[in-house]
Amino acid sequence: METKTIKDSETSTKVTERISGSEAIVRCLIEEEVKIIYGYPGGAIMPVYDELFKYQDKIHHVLTRHEQGATHSAQGFARISGKVGVAIATSGPGATNLITGIADAQIDSTPMVCITGQVPSHLLGSDAFQETDIVGISTPVTKWNCQVTKAADIPEALAKAFFIAKSGRPGPVLVDITKNAQFEEFDFSYEKCTKVRSYNPVPKTDPSCIEAAAKLINTAKKPFIIWGQGVILSEAEEQLKALVEKAGIPAAWTILGASAIPTSHPLNVGMLGMHGNYAPNVLTNECDVLIAIGMRFDDRVTGKLDEYAKQAKVIHFEIDPAEIDKNVQTEVAILGDAKVNLETILPLINENSHTDWHQKFKELYAIEYEKVIKNDLHPTKEGLTMGEVLKEINSQSQGNAAIVTDVGQHQMIACRYAEFNKTKSNITSGGLGTMGFGLPAAIGAKMAAPEREVVSISGDGGYQMTIQELGTIFQQKAAVKVVVLNNDFLGMVRQWQQLFFDNRYASTEMVNPNFVAIAEGYYIKARKVTKREELAEAVAEMMESKEAYFLEVCVEKEGNVFPMVPSGASVSEIRLE
Amino acid sequence: MNTKTRLYTISVYTENNIGLLNRISAIFQRRHINIESLNISPSEIEGVAKFTIVVYMTEVNIRKIIGQIEKQVEVIKAYYHDEENTIYQISGLFKIKSKLLFEEPQIQNIIKESNARIVTVNTAFFVLEKSGRKEEIVKLHEELSVFGVMQYTRSGRVAITKDEMKISTLLETYNN
Repeated sequence: METKTIKDSETSTKVTERISGSEAIVRCLIEEEVKIIYGYPGGAIMPVYDELFKYQDKIHHVLTRHEQGATHSAQGFARISGKVGVAIATSGPGATNLITGIADAQIDSTPMVCITGQVPSHLLGSDAFQETDIVGISTPVTKWNCQVTKAADIPEALAKAFFIAKSGRPGPVLVDITKNAQFEEFDFSYEKCTKVRSYNPVPKTDPSCIEAAAKLINTAKKPFIIWGQGVILSEAEEQLKALVEKAGIPAAWTILGASAIPTSHPLNVGMLGMHGNYAPNVLTNECDVLIAIGMRFDDRVTGKLDEYAKQAKVIHFEIDPAEIDKNVQTEVAILGDAKVNLETILPLINENSHTDWHQKFKELYAIEYEKVIKNDLHPTKEGLTMGEVLKEINSQSQGNAAIVTDVGQHQMIACRYAEFNKTKSNITSGGLGTMGFGLPAAIGAKMAAPEREVVSISGDGGYQMTIQELGTIFQQKAAVKVVVLNNDFLGMVRQWQQLFFDNRYASTEMVNPNFVAIAEGYYIKARKVTKREELAEAVAEMMESKEAYFLEVCVEKEGNVFPMVPSGASVSEIRLE
Repeated sequence: MNTKTRLYTISVYTENNIGLLNRISAIFQRRHINIESLNISPSEIEGVAKFTIVVYMTEVNIRKIIGQIEKQVEVIKAYYHDEENTIYQISGLFKIKSKLLFEEPQIQNIIKESNARIVTVNTAFFVLEKSGRKEEIVKLHEELSVFGVMQYTRSGRVAITKDEMKISTLLETYNN
């Protein structure tokens, strides 16, 4: 196949300026209103860093301690702000270190632009020092990527990158730029991209589908709404709430949908999926109309597909046509933007209350409370639970904190029990389940929203995967509150070993370092809690701190997360113990 | 919807960009689907490339694959068609020792009956070309194998569909 040359705009009367490719990269970022980027320098990206030095009053570059940290920080930035996160790295290992974050952003639809340096184009394919085929490597985990070998192609490539990352269903893009293109001078001008010929970010909505869906909702006896991150990405929180309230429909969320409607809302019936709440899982298999909004029926949500909501007629509001009927067969698919389509359907929806149906959720919640929640939040036996730490954080933050979690037991507990008043408050690695995500993502979130309280909650395992980012916290003076719920185990894997592998704890026990000393080594205030009596006061001290604070809470070693839909089981087979 | 595994021809209209082949083939690889044949060529629209991909799949799964392909930024549109709705050809080339033409007169009959064409002849070998359906090429190969074939190769499928593919109209709507 031939290389397509990028054409100059025919109607161009733009003023151009002769600058280097590397300066153009920085100028493109400024044009896209980027204020903070995360990255790590190295040989093939040095010309860009030289320009970043000159433009440091316009763009703040955050030196993370590892390129993976740069991507997760960019993701945290994007998730709390709704803007595109930017990560930058050198060629070879710098570029490959971005991959985990890129894959995470791809599966969790996070808008991110990654810029990598590349060896000069005359060395491409020669196994040059720090040469790696990052475009080839990143292809399956990016929404779009490209390599630029000429300075003149930089503005269009980056304009396209930002447009593609943010529009439609968002995702990560990667632009790989050879060193010669960074050095080369050309006539720079910038035009934002608003259209790519072959790309249709928001598919057209068929109005008859809206009508059909409204009819189904209006005649439903036991309608149930399940929403995902699509609601947050399209900023449809108010519209969703209006629909839920007008039609009186109980609504549950996927892990990435958390916080779109406040936790305290009476019709918010909790989390879906493997460690979600009892009622929404069980009643998925009892509802008559299932209204899915901006979610993708992930296997952790559906459990066994053959026994998932078979009795229900499914309505699917979705921006990505590839998600329709991918896992669950729909009765009515409403393609397009969730916000627009919820606005359109609302006037067609009859007011209702579905009191009896809602009562069922309350009854099942009571069972879950007795069997699980009570013991998690108000334990009577010795040993701190993860749940009571969350309860304490909730009460002291009054539900206003953004909670950034890592992956594992603490994540499930945090998402189950965290109280959210505001949207975009739950930042976690959902689809990819990336241990090590939490700490760097919290840095990105705090820097994007310095006015917000950002609490990073990790387990002792995942925390140590990106622990070096404490250095970034220290250097940036990012006032992140870092909580480690330490059970000296890779808890979730241990739980599975206990339940499904006859207690054989293969390589899940962690012999841990002195976490407080490590935090203090980075000049971060730190404290360790081992007793229930100290917890409230320690959390208070952390919350009151104006700067970063590290809190280690030693929790019971072999606590389990329930409820649980065992892998491969139906959602109605959810276990409470 | 058909739940049996059948042969389908996928037509993908794309921008002509480096790396797209990787992106598209990865979609099949992820699901462990073997590509029976693949051909990339220009299409009826200037600047638009056409991938013709032949796979054995169920209709349920091919729909999902089409969704994944269309999702790629540089893909304009993807279609799938079964055998009844596809007009296709493939081409086979055979290199055979020239002396066999005289030693084995049977070969001349095979060439005549199969409507194969002699592309080139020299003292050492001649090259035979046959276009048609896969079965015809395979049959010819079997017949010639008896006498010895020095080289044999078969192209990917090129296909035209009975349906109209409204790529130009689609591109216009994208442009507006």
